[in-house]
Amino acid sequence: MHDKTLAQQAALLASGELKSVELVDHYLTRIERLNSNLNAYILVDEDRAREAAVAADARLQKGEGGPLTGIPIAHKDIFCTKDVRTTCGSRMLENFIAPYNATVVDKLNDAGVVTLGKANMDEFAMGSSNENSFFGSVANPWQHDRVPGGSSGGSAAIVAAQLASAATGTDTGGSIRQPAAFCGVTGIKPTYGRVSRYGMIAFASSLDQGGPLARTAEDCALLLQAMCGHDPRDSTSSLTDVPDFSATLNDDIKGLRIGVPEEYFAQGLEAGVADAVKTALAELERAGAILKSISLPNQGLCIPAYYVIAPAEASSNLSRFDGVRFGHRAENPQDLEDLYKRSRGEGFGPEVKRRILIGAYALSAGYYDAYYRKAQQVRQLVTNDFTEAFKEVDVIAGPTTPTTAFSRGEKSSDPTAMYLNDLFTVSANLSGLPGLSAPCGFSNGLPVGLQLIAPVNEEARLLNLAHQYQSVSDWHLQSPVAND
Amino acid sequence: MSWETVIGLEIHAQLATRSKIFSGASTAFGAEPNTQASPVDLGLPGVLPVVNKDVVRMAVRFALATGADITKRSVFARKNYFYPDLPKGYQISQMAFPIVGEGSITVTLPNGEEKVIGLTRAHLEEDAGKSVHDLFEGCTGIDLNRAGTPLLEIVSEPDMRSAVEAVAYARYIHSLVRYIEICDGNMQEGSFRCDANISIRPMGSETLGTRAEIKNLNSFRFLERAIDFEVERQIDILEDGGTVMQETRLYDADKDETRSMRSKEEANDYRYFPDPDLPPLVIDDAFIASVAATMPELPTKRRARFVETFEISAIDAQSLCSDKQTADYFEAVFEGQTFAPRLAANWMLGELFGRMNKEDVQLSDVPVSAAQLGKLISRVDDGTLSGKLGKQVFDGLWSAEGEVDDIIEARGLKQITDTGAIETMIDEVIAANPSQLAEYRAGKEKLLSFFVGAVMKASKGKANPAQLNQILREKLKG
Amino acid sequence: MQYIMIDSCAYNQDRIRFVALTPDDIKSIAHLARLGVEEDALAPLAADLSSMLTLVEQLQAVDTTGVEPMAHPASASLLLRDDVVTEPNQRETLQAPAPATQDGYFLVPRVIE
Repeated sequence: MHDKTLAQQAALLASGELKSVELVDHYLTRIERLNSNLNAYILVDEDRAREAAVAADARLQKGEGGPLTGIPIAHKDIFCTKDVRTTCGSRMLENFIAPYNATVVDKLNDAGVVTLGKANMDEFAMGSSNENSFFGSVANPWQHDRVPGGSSGGSAAIVAAQLASAATGTDTGGSIRQPAAFCGVTGIKPTYGRVSRYGMIAFASSLDQGGPLARTAEDCALLLQAMCGHDPRDSTSSLTDVPDFSATLNDDIKGLRIGVPEEYFAQGLEAGVADAVKTALAELERAGAILKSISLPNQGLCIPAYYVIAPAEASSNLSRFDGVRFGHRAENPQDLEDLYKRSRGEGFGPEVKRRILIGAYALSAGYYDAYYRKAQQVRQLVTNDFTEAFKEVDVIAGPTTPTTAFSRGEKSSDPTAMYLNDLFTVSANLSGLPGLSAPCGFSNGLPVGLQLIAPVNEEARLLNLAHQYQSVSDWHLQSPVAND
Repeated sequence: MSWETVIGLEIHAQLATRSKIFSGASTAFGAEPNTQASPVDLGLPGVLPVVNKDVVRMAVRFALATGADITKRSVFARKNYFYPDLPKGYQISQMAFPIVGEGSITVTLPNGEEKVIGLTRAHLEEDAGKSVHDLFEGCTGIDLNRAGTPLLEIVSEPDMRSAVEAVAYARYIHSLVRYIEICDGNMQEGSFRCDANISIRPMGSETLGTRAEIKNLNSFRFLERAIDFEVERQIDILEDGGTVMQETRLYDADKDETRSMRSKEEANDYRYFPDPDLPPLVIDDAFIASVAATMPELPTKRRARFVETFEISAIDAQSLCSDKQTADYFEAVFEGQTFAPRLAANWMLGELFGRMNKEDVQLSDVPVSAAQLGKLISRVDDGTLSGKLGKQVFDGLWSAEGEVDDIIEARGLKQITDTGAIETMIDEVIAANPSQLAEYRAGKEKLLSFFVGAVMKASKGKANPAQLNQILREKLKG
Repeated sequence: MQYIMIDSCAYNQDRIRFVALTPDDIKSIAHLARLGVEEDALAPLAADLSSMLTLVEQLQAVDTTGVEPMAHPASASLLLRDDVVTEPNQRETLQAPAPATQDGYFLVPRVIE
């Protein structure tokens, strides 16, 4: 039953042919058997999961359930869960139990999901390979010696290995879309402000956005529906009405104008990735979409701008981890400075430290204008490019990543080489646009992701297009695991 | 050489909101440690700030009261530094775009001169928590109840030239923020704190000298003394051929001196940047209009109106307008009454203020309402009570014995105005004192007061004095 | 910190500026961020940060005259909340994750003022 999509499982739950407790037990058995090789879960809470499944079945029995009632999911361990440990992949929060739920957790609970556990991730969401987790790296279910991507690598691996029906993730520079591409699943980062950031541990506040990872665009639509909505506890939360994402999945894409940025197909793009993406675009053209070549002239500046803005915000966001009120505290501090420096020095891993340092540097006296202010200006230029492009086209399409999943250990010694993984994804974060990655083929036996970007608040258009693509392709249904 | 003192003040006024600037925790003073610290105030992971609307209203009130510019698009920024009473590792403040821009105020100095002092800006920020150093062996205790309390930091231009001017300015701001009800002004509890930037320069020089910042002056007396000390200190340094260091200094009230707080080497690099959790604060004209509609009449205008309309002295008007509550109380005393407002002023400045001083209570805690005092004055005015009995009724009101008429009734204080009854009492007193009557009639008119006193005593003080006097004189003539 | 200017790269005719941070630079930034860094980690960090900064240096070549810095993707302005006390005393719950407390206070090593 794990090979069914979330929507298919929901139909079985609704008809009573399947009980949530059976489904949950099934996944728990799979996790027991398969997680030790993948290390995709940091924590599995069997008791709470079974309890929630019983409650969900009761709801379904009374006919009160919705499409997500009784559906087992995993939460990226960046979302605070009341009474259940939230680590953010860090030694700093090795023993942290939040006294509150993230809004995303509350909303999905209200929709009746069953939380199986917490998904592994790069520490504080900083990374593109899931090798930066204090709780160990995660294997790509397609080839275990490959990375699953990051930072939501655990979430993507869980969905690909079918250890839950779906998972939540967060995306600051591509952290939903890149692992979705590497693991052959579908993931969407909505418009900035669509999903509340309350209780989602901040990496870079002006870029962070939560979203779902699942097998199909249809599944993502169901999850996103429950996750979106204004939250008075988040000042950046959007007031824009949330449309019914499922209602427009089957809209005709005839005449939809798809912009293909020439910059996305420049040197450095793996040939197999380019082929898969071009084939997918041709498929969309056959389905009635109109392809147009466009230019995003400042595309090349996204990575430099991002690697100023994100670390700058992070350096400040992570100051609260000081060993005083929660989190790791060094043994026998001699004085206050020793308490701070050792607690933070011991609690944070190498990549987090690098980003805190570079961020503090970029904001410091004498460098602010050259780095931080400049990056903010370039962010505006990047956004202007999109504004111009969306006068001509409805959606922008291209590869999610320049390559398929690389080998574990391959890039961990070279931080800047790792950053180039985000080449095509960071622009949507800088501009706050919705972006989606859907499986569109394979290169050397590894999944390739097709990235779709839409104007602000047009998630429905992305889901519609991806669903239409998935109606004429079956890449999303291919799986690294055997059906049982 | 003669020196000129240059002073600018930074005043932190704690805004009188119920809840904090970014969280729904209470701002009440004096609670048990950390019982008013919410997840947002503690900077727990994942929680986010949401701005309190009344904080914005109060900042706009201040701008309207001083005629300062209102920034239509102000920006919250993070000031980054590590200190245990600063839970997030940054303070949310405003830097490049403060909510209140330039303005100026006119202060009356003690010698009667008027002085214009420029306001540079006023910005919103959150207060830090409190470190307690003397409670635990080898440890400092951190109480975050105060963390996140809203502050308006009011920054003046370096326009003051003496401690006296600085104090006059500080008192003006203190009175104003209380008057427009954005700050309770309680300096003991730290609701109103001053930092003074002080430098000196040779008389006639246009360039500013190096300044020292004196922190946390929590009384006007300390402000004055700290400035005087600091000016002397700087003059001594310069006259000895030294140079003044730019530094932060602390005023020690016990030793009456200022001393260095941090060395210059530890200069902070606060790494200010726009807070990504808070989009720009946009204030539109409708919002400003809604705040303006609730603005009270400002003290200067109200004083003038009191003098003109109610025929009270300028001195009395000043006292009655010291804060809004007092002025409102005054106007409420005679509202709907027929007596002269002047009487209300007399009763407040005499009986009410006297009693408040004696018992050390604030107007907000006074048990006598304006309506009750009004009723009491009307009862004196219509002759029901003598002035003296009125004071007894006031005592009754203060002790919460009930409404004015009930107290008069219960205490039996109603004035006797029945001519017959007064005549009977007079007749009895005259009959009982034949020798005094004879002396009076022989020309010793001083004895009138003896008879008045005796009759008043017989009436237990309730005889209407005017009637008593008139009838007694008639009867004594024979 | 020092800049090393080199002319042209094989694929780029522009002057690229390589930034070289020293271990001492790392030490002072680490102090600013109150981050404990072992002595022998300073040099590798200096190398990593220098290559990160070199990546970022491309920004300097862009003409951004007159471009408003963009701090935030949301065009919406700040929403305000009403001044209501909504948070009760939750000291016990909220101090549960704290490493050291006594009598309701969080404890840190004695701070000398």
